[in-house]
Amino acid sequence: MSENVHNNVPLEYSTDEGQNSIIGFWIFLAAEISLFATLFATYAVLFSRTADAMEPAELFQPGIVLVMTVLLLTSSFTCGLAIHFMRQGSLKGTQILLGITLLLGMTFIGFEIYEFIHYVSEGVTLQSSAYWSAFYILAGTHGIHVMVGIGWMIGIIIQLFQHGLTAFTARKVFIVGLYWHFLDVIWIFIFTGVYLIGMVV
Amino acid sequence: MSEKKHKYPWNHIIGFVLSIALTFLAAWTALSSDLPVMWIIISIMVLAVIQALIQLFMFMHIVEKGAGDAPWNMMFHAAVVAAIVVSGSLFTMSFGFTHDHGGGEHETEQHEEQGAHEGH
Repeated sequence: MSENVHNNVPLEYSTDEGQNSIIGFWIFLAAEISLFATLFATYAVLFSRTADAMEPAELFQPGIVLVMTVLLLTSSFTCGLAIHFMRQGSLKGTQILLGITLLLGMTFIGFEIYEFIHYVSEGVTLQSSAYWSAFYILAGTHGIHVMVGIGWMIGIIIQLFQHGLTAFTARKVFIVGLYWHFLDVIWIFIFTGVYLIGMVV
Repeated sequence: MSEKKHKYPWNHIIGFVLSIALTFLAAWTALSSDLPVMWIIISIMVLAVIQALIQLFMFMHIVEKGAGDAPWNMMFHAAVVAAIVVSGSLFTMSFGFTHDHGGGEHETEQHEEQGAHEGH
């Protein structure tokens, strides 16, 4: 690890390695934004090209989408609190809040799988029309990101049990936190751009 | 300003309450208000951007000691790229050639194509 130790900054920024990793992760997030931008653009262009399949307004249900949004917003909040407790030096608090975040994320994925199964049972699949292909790819790419985040967070919690809070693990917790908040940012735009607009138009 | 002084995570709680409130406001605007569709779309997109800013500034610590200028630089430019990709695609693919600017050959072709798509 680095010989330069910075004081007056939170633990995860205390080494050069930590600072560089965090900046590198922000660059990755910027690249992720362009990935999702292309998927949103495809979705927007193919909007209303449903061919003979059902219209989104017939299928989308406000209730389940609101529940999913609240679940993900709450998980983002608990994840932020985990970073807050980490900065106060509380290992237990960090672990408990990451665990709650994990449970909320899993519930979210459960709802999303249920939602997709429900749509397929109504006869709307990836192959139904250009619109539905774009929908499944956009929402599905987000869902896969959440699943990756869940696996990643489990790994980080295990490392916290093994090593406690050090500059090394603090950096890892902070970065998985950034990733989790970022998924929430993307979901806000899916909730608004896909579900709400799909129910209005 | 040091982190240790804030014992209670107020900005997380304020951010959380605000994002829940904005979510329900957006849902209400879309589903229950009588605004014209264009205004609904504009206002819920504005609400989404505000929510994204709440995440970035209140939860992700996009500006703080130790982070430097890189994070908000990254996010700002990525947001610009995203806006150009989405609005540019919509402009060229959905709105670009639907106006008749004097009946050039090329434009007439595009019109026929649009008509064929809408026939579905």
